[in-house]
Amino acid sequence: MRWGVLQFPGSCDERDALAACERTGAEARLVWHEEHDLDGIDAVVVPGGFSYGDYLRAGAIARFSPAMEAVGEFAASGGPVLGICNGFQVLCEADLLPGALLLNEDLRFHCRQIDLIEEPGGQLIAAEVGQSTTRRLSIPAKHGEGRFWAPEEVLDELEANGQVAYRYAPGQNPNGSARDIAGVRNEAGNVVGLMPHPEHAVDPLTGSTDGLRVFEAVAAAGAPA
Amino acid sequence: MPRARVLIRPKEGILDPQGKAVERALPALGFEGIEHVRVGRVVELEIDEPGRLGELCEKLLANPLIEDYEIEQLDGVA
Repeated sequence: MRWGVLQFPGSCDERDALAACERTGAEARLVWHEEHDLDGIDAVVVPGGFSYGDYLRAGAIARFSPAMEAVGEFAASGGPVLGICNGFQVLCEADLLPGALLLNEDLRFHCRQIDLIEEPGGQLIAAEVGQSTTRRLSIPAKHGEGRFWAPEEVLDELEANGQVAYRYAPGQNPNGSARDIAGVRNEAGNVVGLMPHPEHAVDPLTGSTDGLRVFEAVAAAGAPA
Repeated sequence: MPRARVLIRPKEGILDPQGKAVERALPALGFEGIEHVRVGRVVELEIDEPGRLGELCEKLLANPLIEDYEIEQLDGVA
């Protein structure tokens, strides 16, 4: 299996994402934003950073890149896609995920280790499907525009469909996200995005390896049957 | 070339922390009695086909889920 990690001008977490992908035992390569096709790629990561300087709105310009058009087709055909931080913002702007990410409620950029609750929706298609337990993950978050927002009726729908993938643990919501939502997935279940950074939590050296779970779930969805 | 100005602001009901921060700063400067401050942005541009401004706003300049926009055509050119 092979991962593709997108790289825009202004991306900054693509190297850590690449390393995390490789730790799932798969191959991984960077996909430059001008590339048009994802041939030979089984799972995609849209990484964190500040794509195209985040001008206008975070993710607004990146969504029109050739690579993102290819990701749109890849996702439509059921390919697994993981968006992290800026990647989550890009996927929302591209309408591949519901909602939007707004300026943090307190206007501060937050950078700290937080606890995430992995909801059943956090496991993509193949991984532990049907398992209805939640799990606590320790993962760093670092962002200034991470307040998840969607209209109330959309939030209700996300909850009812099991599309809430990750929540901030009680009392740890750093940005004012609606219903403590830190990550969501699409209705089909093959596209997931979250604000915290699992790629920075894959080595005991940095305190937690909980982030690997997130990559492994996506890898399981992308592995050839 | 016809000129246009697009005003973009957060939708009513969505918390606008920038507006709140400005609102909280005003009394310290002696500006009392000001509320509901909303901070948005202005995009000025020149456009061959002003008829496409709506599409342009929907697709790129604004995120219609979270923002309202108003198009103002300058020079009186339709």
